[in-house]
Amino acid sequence: MIRIQDLTRISPYEWEIPLTFNPEMRVPVHIFATRNLLEKIMDDRSLEQAMNAATLPGLVDKVYVMPDMHQGYGFPIGGVAATELPDGVISPGAIGYDINCGVRLLASTIDVEAAASELDTLASAINHFCPSGVGGKGAVKVGENELSQICAHGARWALKQGYASEADLRRTEEFGCISGADPEKVSQRARERGKPQLGSLGAGNHFIEVDLVDEVFYPRAADVMGLRRGSLVIQIHCGSRGFGHQICTDYVREFQGAVRRYGIKLPDRELVCAPLSSPEGQDYLAAMRAAANYAFTNRQILAHQARQAFSETFAGKIKNWQLHQVYDIAHNMGKIETHTFNGKKLEVCVHRKGATRAFGPGTPGIPEEYQTIGQPVLVPGSMGTASWVLTGTEDSMTRSLGSSCHGAGRMMSRSQAKKKIWGEDLRRELEQQGIHVRAGSLSGLAEEAPLAYKDVDEVVETVVGAGIARKVARLRPVAVIKG
Amino acid sequence: MNEERSGFAEMEHTADWQIQVWAPDLNKLFAQAAHGMYSLSQVRLKAGEKVNRQIRLQAMDTEALLVAFLDELLFFAEQERLAFDEFDLEVTPTGLSGNLKGAEILGQQKEIKAVTFHNLAIRRENNLYQVSVVFDV
Repeated sequence: MIRIQDLTRISPYEWEIPLTFNPEMRVPVHIFATRNLLEKIMDDRSLEQAMNAATLPGLVDKVYVMPDMHQGYGFPIGGVAATELPDGVISPGAIGYDINCGVRLLASTIDVEAAASELDTLASAINHFCPSGVGGKGAVKVGENELSQICAHGARWALKQGYASEADLRRTEEFGCISGADPEKVSQRARERGKPQLGSLGAGNHFIEVDLVDEVFYPRAADVMGLRRGSLVIQIHCGSRGFGHQICTDYVREFQGAVRRYGIKLPDRELVCAPLSSPEGQDYLAAMRAAANYAFTNRQILAHQARQAFSETFAGKIKNWQLHQVYDIAHNMGKIETHTFNGKKLEVCVHRKGATRAFGPGTPGIPEEYQTIGQPVLVPGSMGTASWVLTGTEDSMTRSLGSSCHGAGRMMSRSQAKKKIWGEDLRRELEQQGIHVRAGSLSGLAEEAPLAYKDVDEVVETVVGAGIARKVARLRPVAVIKG
Repeated sequence: MNEERSGFAEMEHTADWQIQVWAPDLNKLFAQAAHGMYSLSQVRLKAGEKVNRQIRLQAMDTEALLVAFLDELLFFAEQERLAFDEFDLEVTPTGLSGNLKGAEILGQQKEIKAVTFHNLAIRRENNLYQVSVVFDV
């Protein structure tokens, strides 16, 4: 059991588990947290999971964990780890079942005061146009051939079908299509699950939220992103649905044999992995990318549907009601990236699970208009609390593998949350705060209560204080739609 | 007596769901794990006509078999809207066969994304099989 005194304090925002603490670790674990957040992190087994992650073969640099870190399965939520090509490993469990779960932010110039009387109608319209709920069917049903196209081309497929604009794609991580996806590496079962669910939100912690831009901290960046104080924006949080879940399930199962074949010993079977250069590793990489492209397309279709809801609510009432995309960011992904370690450039596979990419200004791979400000980092809060728009910094490239936090981070189990608050009471509290709520399940709503999460403002202060992100704007919710 | 020695209980987990399952034999252990999973996702079955499905699975070890079995049930729920409340299973360390009896799902409150291998180990102590299963939700 690790204690705070076992950690090395680097700064008020950074701590490290040295190699000497656990001889099984191949690299140190670097924690971004205030002392207060660290104490919350130590309430569960997330640091033990981070140390387990630090045993993966082929790791370089350090395992980083973000201040929203919490216990997951195998690899902790909020973890970032890079393995060196060609023989370092790729681990499906270190990316997660919801491959390319992420957040999309669209902004408008609609003034919240002018829209106040329409917000309840807007919440109903979004709930109508954006399918959600357990196992829910999507807005678009596709066949075998279309699914293969989506796997290969991601949001480019949506553009061809009229669900996207070039500007949407330009402002999406990987420009909405990660190359190297191979639909042939996806099981028939995953395909069966994927075909009916495209353009659906799902359930659990996934949501659509309408916010207002509450405060701007970095006016130039906000201006470039089109974020104006007092205006409405919309966040869409979801992933690759049953398609991605099945792909991860298939490969976690297959890799149980691969670790034996490659003689890899691990402290947890959920961390199973295979060398990136192996046939198994290459197959998973290609299938994972297909799921990532499915997720980009899924969020693109939901954005299209949200635009329909805005049109139905505001057209004819408010002159400029259109939504433009600010950014779409992944927080469960494995990416091949080039990073510099001790002055030497290396090609690595960066696993981010519950952590985002946060590339700094001038880094290749971010949209041209964001080159001088850095990549937008989207940090949704919990219902009723703030969300944040940040940017990556030059320091994030050298100090966190170009990564940052992905949310507030849970600190209470779902069953504990339900003991503390009833869904109906929570809905009433949120409504009293002026937040319009549409929820498929009241007990599901209670599980996602703000009291179950850490303080998102403290999480953001930590990454900003550590220098790996910069504040752009704070958002305040006015409507929440959950499955 | 043996029936009384079978069961499941929800365990605390920060983000996901975890159940502890116990039973005097593997057949019952697998059935209890299924009951536990349905209980977590608050599945309700339609009254009336029952449906049957045959199942046959193989895996490299018993833990992998348990994951495969629960995955199979998740797939039935998502694709056919079916869940089961009676299990006639024959489980060996690496194989499973049997009959599932259930009905169409009337309602389901929670979505389970996947069954994980996290710290998954079936133990046998005092003639009782026990396992803890973590679900990604």
